[in-house]
Amino acid sequence: MSTKNWPLWEIFVRSKNGLEHRHCGSLHAADSDMALENARDVYTRRNEGVSIWVVESKHITASNPENNGELFEPAQDKVYRHPTFYDLPDEVKHM
Amino acid sequence: MKNENLYNYILGIADNSLILGQRMGELCGHGPTLETDIACTNISLDLFGQVRSYFQYAAKIAGDGRTEDDIAMLRKERDYKNVLLSEQPNTNFAYTIGRQFLFDVYHLAFLTELQKSSDLTLSAIANKCVKEVSYHERFSLDWVKRLGDGTEESNQKMQEAINDLWTYTDELFHQTGADKAMVAEGVGVDVTKLKENYYKSVSELLEEARLKTPESKWFQKGGKQGIHTEHLGYLLADLQYMQRTYPNMEW
Amino acid sequence: MSEEQIKSLEKHFEERIARDEKIEPKDWMPEKYRKTHIRQMSQHAHSEIVGMLPEGNWITRAPSLRRKVALLAKVQDEAGHGLYLYSATETLGISRDEMYEQLHTGKAKYSSIFNYPTITWADMGAIGWLVDGAAIINQVPLCNTSYGPYARAMIRVCKEESFHQRQGFEIMMKLANGTPEQKDMAQDALNRWWWPSLMMLGPTDDVSVHTEQSMKWKLKRKSNDDLRQQFIDQTVPQADLIGLTIPDPDLKWNEERGSYDFGEIDWDEFWQVVKGHGPMNKQRMKARVGAWERGEWVRDAAMAHAEKKQARKEKQVV
Repeated sequence: MSTKNWPLWEIFVRSKNGLEHRHCGSLHAADSDMALENARDVYTRRNEGVSIWVVESKHITASNPENNGELFEPAQDKVYRHPTFYDLPDEVKHM
Repeated sequence: MKNENLYNYILGIADNSLILGQRMGELCGHGPTLETDIACTNISLDLFGQVRSYFQYAAKIAGDGRTEDDIAMLRKERDYKNVLLSEQPNTNFAYTIGRQFLFDVYHLAFLTELQKSSDLTLSAIANKCVKEVSYHERFSLDWVKRLGDGTEESNQKMQEAINDLWTYTDELFHQTGADKAMVAEGVGVDVTKLKENYYKSVSELLEEARLKTPESKWFQKGGKQGIHTEHLGYLLADLQYMQRTYPNMEW
Repeated sequence: MSEEQIKSLEKHFEERIARDEKIEPKDWMPEKYRKTHIRQMSQHAHSEIVGMLPEGNWITRAPSLRRKVALLAKVQDEAGHGLYLYSATETLGISRDEMYEQLHTGKAKYSSIFNYPTITWADMGAIGWLVDGAAIINQVPLCNTSYGPYARAMIRVCKEESFHQRQGFEIMMKLANGTPEQKDMAQDALNRWWWPSLMMLGPTDDVSVHTEQSMKWKLKRKSNDDLRQQFIDQTVPQADLIGLTIPDPDLKWNEERGSYDFGEIDWDEFWQVVKGHGPMNKQRMKARVGAWERGEWVRDAAMAHAEKKQARKEKQVV
C-alpha cells in the first residue's frame, strides 16, 4: 500500500486570450509542477487552451448550499440593480 | 536512387522516433497512474507524427511507389538505422524515463540545429518537432528528478537505469557516410559538435537529480549500421506483423 | 435529524430532480443516491480503464501508421474518460484509490464486454463500431443526468468520443471492401462481437434491478430493452451498407413495429462473464493490478520528492 496518495487538483483553462479561465475538471498530481503538466496532457489534448491554472482542491473554500437562502435570495428582489427597472420615454432609443 | 544520401539521412533520424514511439506505445494502459499514462501516450503520438512527416518525405525522395508504411514496416532488421538506446525495453518505469531523458536531451539539441538545414522540408519538420521535443525533455527531466530525489528505492532504480543505458549514449554522436555527406551539403547536423555539450548538461542535470554520472567509458554502437541489440527483432515482429502476414493490402 | 425531517428533505430533493434541477456535490442528498451514484459512476470509470486493455493489445501491431496514431489516441481518450469519471465520483466522498481497491478486489464491476479477447486486427474495427456504438447509446442520455459532476463529465466524454465509433467503422469498411481475406476477417469479428455487444446493454427489463429508481434520478432514461432495440435498428443498416452479415438467423424487419425482430440472446453466457468466468476476466484484472503494483514505487517517489521540495522551499524562506 502506498504511503500517501497524490492529492487532487482543480484545473482551470483559458481557451483563448480575452476569455476567463474556466473550471474544466480535476486530476491527481504529487505537486503543482506535475499538476500543470498533467493538466496540459489531460485537458488540452484537443487544443483547448492557452493558459492553465491549477489549485489544490483542499485550498478551495466553498459556500454551503444550506446557506443559499441567506446568501443568494436577498438579491432576488433588488430589481433596481437592473436597467429594466427604470421608465424611459419611448423617444429615448439608446441608453 | 538519385538522392540516396538524403534518403538514408532521413531514415536515420526517423527510425529513432519510430522505435522510441513504439516503445512508449507499449505502455499505454499500463502506466503507474492514469495521468502518467496519458502523458506517455502523448509523447508516443508526437513521435509517430514526426515519423510520418519524415517517411512521407523519404517516400517522395525514393519515388519508387513505396509509401510511408512500406518504409516504416517493410524493411529487414539490418535496414533499421535507429540508435541502440531507442530500442531498449521498458524494464521498469525508471528505464522508460531514463531512455527518454537520455534521448530527449540529444534530440532537442539535434532538432534545434536541424532547423537551420538548407533542406527546407527538413527545417520545417524540425521547426514543428522542436516544440514537441522541448516538452518531452521537460517531462522526462522532471521525472528523472522525482525518481532521483524521491525515495531510496527510486533513487537506486533510477541510478541503475542510467548506469545501464549509459553505454548507448556515445553512439548518438557517431556519423554514418550519409550523415557526413549531408553535413557537407549544409543539409545535415554535425552531431559530433553536440557531444561535449550533451555530456556537460546531462551530468549537470543528473547531479541536480541527486544521481551520479556513470564513469564508464565503454560504449556500445552498431544501431546506425543496422547491427542492433536482440530486443529489436521482437519489436519489429510486432510492428511488422500485419504487413508481413497480409502483404499488399490496404488498411 | 428526525425521521420526519429526512422525509421532508427527501421529498424536496426528489422535487428538485423532477424539475430538472442539477444536484451538486455539497447539496444534501439521500444516502442511497450517493451510494447508487458511486456504484454506477465508478463502474463506468472502471469500464473505461479496463476497456483500454483489449484495444491496447493492438497498438504495437496496428497495420499502418495512420491506424496506429488513431488507435493510440482513442485508447488514450479512454484513460482520459476514466480520469474524468473517477474525478466526478470523488466529489461524492470516495477516493480514486478506494475505487481502485474495489476494482482490484473484484468488489466493483466493469462492463463485461472487455472480458473478450481481441484476436485479430478486425476486432479493433468491431469494438469501435459496435462496442462504442452501444456505449454511445447508453451515454448520450447521461449528459442530462441529475448529478451535476456526472453530467458534465459525460458531456466531455461524448464530445470526445464522437471520433471513436467512426474510427472503428472506417476500419471495418476498409476490410469489408478489401481482399476476400480481409472481408473474412471483418465478418469473423462481427460474428464474435455482435452478441456480446447486445448483452452490453444490460439484462432484459423483466430481470433488471434498480431500473425504476435510476429512471427517477435520470441515471437511466430508457430501459435496457429499448436501448438494445435502438442499437440493433441503427446498426443493421450499417452492416448492410458495407456488405457484412449480422450473425442472427432470426433477424428480420418487422414492418408493424418499425423495428427489427431478433433472436434469443444467450444470457447464460452473459452471467458467466459477469460472474468472472469470461475468457479474459482474470487476465484483465491481472493487468490492472500489475500496473498498479508496478507503479507503487513511482507514485511514492513522486510524493516524497514533492514533500522534500516543499520542505526545501520553506527552509529557504526562513
